Amino acid sequence: MKILISNISDKPLYQQIKDQIKDAIFKGEIGEGDPLPSIRNFAHDLKVSVLTIRRVYDELEEERFITSQVGIGTFVSTGNLELIRDSKRHLVEQVMLELIQTAKTLRITKEELNEMMNILYEEDGQ
Amino acid sequence: MSSILEVTGLNKSYGDFSLSDVSFTLEEDCITGFIGINGAGKTTTIRTILGLVTRASGTIKFFGKDMNKYEQELKDRIGIVLDDGGFYDELSMAEMTSIISPAYSRWSEQDYKTFMERFSLNPRQKIATLSKGMRMKYSLTLALSHQADLLIMDEPTSGLDPLIRSQLMEILKDYMKQGGKGVFFSTHITSDLDKVADMLILINNGRILFEEEKDILIDTHRLVKGDIKDLTDETRNLFLNIQETEFGFSGITNQLSKVQKNLHDILIERATIEDIMLGYIEKETKNNVITSR
Repeated sequence: MKILISNISDKPLYQQIKDQIKDAIFKGEIGEGDPLPSIRNFAHDLKVSVLTIRRVYDELEEERFITSQVGIGTFVSTGNLELIRDSKRHLVEQVMLELIQTAKTLRITKEELNEMMNILYEEDGQ
Repeated sequence: MSSILEVTGLNKSYGDFSLSDVSFTLEEDCITGFIGINGAGKTTTIRTILGLVTRASGTIKFFGKDMNKYEQELKDRIGIVLDDGGFYDELSMAEMTSIISPAYSRWSEQDYKTFMERFSLNPRQKIATLSKGMRMKYSLTLALSHQADLLIMDEPTSGLDPLIRSQLMEILKDYMKQGGKGVFFSTHITSDLDKVADMLILINNGRILFEEEKDILIDTHRLVKGDIKDLTDETRNLFLNIQETEFGFSGITNQLSKVQKNLHDILIERATIEDIMLGYIEKETKNNVITSR
């Protein structure tokens, strides 16, 4: 799992770390049931406070990405991933619906909209 | 997470200096930096919580137990490194150790030897002939040799070279790896804390100005630079402090979004702990000047 922390980003530290762990889970770099580093080791390696890693783990657990077992460790949740992916998909669909409605009121055709989407998708794609 | 030290409503006066209502909590598994300029009250606070000087009021609890009632038992669990050390100059380190070690119920000769070797200290050397760095290392060796659950250190890094300072930080991190421990140390060299601190407590004029997670402090403060012409009374208030030259200003803010809304053409950078500390101290000083007028 690759985690890079930017000192010039506006994102808070814990958010940067949390997002990258989520990415790694979605991309399958760490699989279901895989262990995550201990809070202390993780904090040490990333050179952040143990309190920051604790917050990351707490939030990821709340969002059901990971589960902690007292005395044993922290693991990527099993079974929930598809659910989470589906809910993310649902989020995208909602935003798309909004987008389509706005486009309609502005009389933007489906073809134009697709074109815009293609261009923007590529631009952001690097 | 349980608390290792709880200080509540500490008051203490010395001539024209006083600690006013000093309260803070140290949590398990955290390295806490106690920062402030010289004369801010760091040493007085540390000496007061250790019961080395009497206090006017306030309660001090280590590991949930009242310091007044359980002083002996609690001090057994605390490793202390003070500025002066309190050693007898004419003794050798070995002799001094033989006086100190019986005071601790969990003294470990093994740990003691390991640290003496790690620090290249010769037990037969007289304390009077130790350099400042060696004295600190010896002091630290004693603090680390009785399986303490909390280390309290007063300015352990002042007067030490960067190499020894970074060694000390590594030792603290190793110590924390055991779990369930805590470290509390005062310093005015804030760069030591960049790498190791979890929590920061700032004291100024005997008052606690903030107690906050280090990463959150860094995340919520920014150093902003821009043109003086853009500053108005209103925008000045968004900053803790502002330094001006004829070429521009720079200031620390904890209200970045408002600054971005009201000021354009600015440079925004992350602030260091030192920047943030000075920001709060200068703001406090400015407020005091205004209220005393």
